Amino acid sequence: MVDTILETEGLTKEFRGFAAVSDVRLEVARGSIHGLIGPNGAGKTTCFNLLTKFLPPTRGVIRYDGRDITGLKPAEVARLGLVRSFQISAVFPHLTVLENVRLALQRRRGGSFDFWRSEGLLKQFDDRAMALLEDVGLTGYARLTAGQLPYGRKRALEIATTLALDPVMMLLDEPTAGMTHEDVDRIVALVKRVAAGRTVLLVEHNLKVVEGLCDTITVLTRGRVLAQGDYATVSRNPEVQAAYLGTDPAIAGSTQHA
Amino acid sequence: MADTAISVAAPDAVHEEAGLFGFTRAQALAFGVLVAFVLVSPFFLYPVFLMKVLCFALFACAFNLLIGYVGLLSFGHAAFFGMGGYIAGHTAKVWGLTPEIAIIGGGAVGAVLGLGIGWLAIRRSGIYFAMITLAMAQMVYFFCLQAPFTGGEDGIQQIPRGRLFGLIPLDTDFTLYWLVAAIFLGGFLLVHRVVHSPFGQVMKAVRENEPRATSLGYRTDDYKLLAFVLSAGLAGVAGGTKAMVFGIATLTDVHWNMSGEVVLMTLVGGLGTVFGPVVGAAVIVTMQNYLAEFGAWVTVIQGVIFVACVLAFRRGVVGEIGNLLKVRL
Repeated sequence: MVDTILETEGLTKEFRGFAAVSDVRLEVARGSIHGLIGPNGAGKTTCFNLLTKFLPPTRGVIRYDGRDITGLKPAEVARLGLVRSFQISAVFPHLTVLENVRLALQRRRGGSFDFWRSEGLLKQFDDRAMALLEDVGLTGYARLTAGQLPYGRKRALEIATTLALDPVMMLLDEPTAGMTHEDVDRIVALVKRVAAGRTVLLVEHNLKVVEGLCDTITVLTRGRVLAQGDYATVSRNPEVQAAYLGTDPAIAGSTQHA
Repeated sequence: MADTAISVAAPDAVHEEAGLFGFTRAQALAFGVLVAFVLVSPFFLYPVFLMKVLCFALFACAFNLLIGYVGLLSFGHAAFFGMGGYIAGHTAKVWGLTPEIAIIGGGAVGAVLGLGIGWLAIRRSGIYFAMITLAMAQMVYFFCLQAPFTGGEDGIQQIPRGRLFGLIPLDTDFTLYWLVAAIFLGGFLLVHRVVHSPFGQVMKAVRENEPRATSLGYRTDDYKLLAFVLSAGLAGVAGGTKAMVFGIATLTDVHWNMSGEVVLMTLVGGLGTVFGPVVGAAVIVTMQNYLAEFGAWVTVIQGVIFVACVLAFRRGVVGEIGNLLKVRL
């Protein structure tokens, strides 16, 4: 029996009768990199929002680390060590790069409701923040505002911020979306590196990325699980090929010569 | 990968290390000018006018704490400002308590009112947040119109200034001015501290990207509510102080016009800048004072200025100056 960290049973989300995600059973093994792929509109991001409680499910159960988290609030899920990233790059644009990471480290103080204290208090986190920035290659950018970083660097900053929480499990929503090839390679290497000792669930469009990175892959189409297994198994599945061919031949092409 | 040169950086991009009390050098300089002005001006200008400016400046600073640093547009801040005035007036006149207790009472009731209204309003964002605050403030207005202690259309009149701490008589405008100046500077520094505190960091994170702040484990609603309460409390202090200065508390200060005026002051001065609301309040109050002879035209002139602000210099007076000099003010 595999050690499962996150599992869902009959997970369903309906928007006015339209089932964006229906009856999804997902099992993510602890310590693995698990890919969630599928054509546009397959329900990947919805699924993500359900797992991190940004959306309430219509039906179904979500268990994390043996605990039913179906009824929790998003901030509580994050405190349990299940931390997500976003498809659009989620930084705090008018804060400095250092402050961005520090905001995550600041969580270790518990709540930060002390409005009468100086923010100089937060300097205690600077060293750790700089170490994290060095990890993702952003040392020279620390004092810039995050909004000025080029796109690929913003994603790197986002990962550094997520890592600052020392998450047990990271959920990455299309970490390489809209990136150039060099950036993609860098992020892939980065994800691989930070995945050590953690579990990663990532939504990805780019099958090349999934191939190199994921231990297990779940394919979604129209809100349902179509196939699950390692890359070789999944990519040979005729239904998967059909699903990709039916919607996006370019991606299907990359499946075949993979 | 840290080798890449920081070529993307515009000069204003690199943040200056914050020094004393979280002020950058430019801000400390501006603060020095502000303090000097507050200290010197009563020797040259009419103190009652200056006190009015300071009360509105504090009110605008309180408002700016919400809109500028949490990104919440409250359109009901008159409720806290006006109610603060009524409470201070009632405390000083009917209960005969000292002015500092009256003003603190105004702030406390403003904060409690803010807790209630904020608790309801933060459930929505954007325009809906503004609408809820407006609706709740209208309810406060009608309460003030009907409740016996507010004096209805007449308001509370002839509020005694009393003796500060029961010792120092505040009868002369010149003496009262120093109390008002102290309250203003204290409030201004408090807002600045809030913005540059661990709490302020989270507040700004919520403004910038609320879902991301949530995903980092922050219960964003709690932070918004605390910011709202602080802002409402300070607005109450400002309203209470104003009532003590003029000796009256009337419906004008709870009317939604007042909610609009504070938006105007903050926008003219510069939203999200530390000094903007002060400058904005000074500009608007001065205009109202010196253009009073034009009667109803004051409103028209204000409207034109507002439109000019939105079209031509969106950052407000202080925001534009800061942008020009490449400093944060």
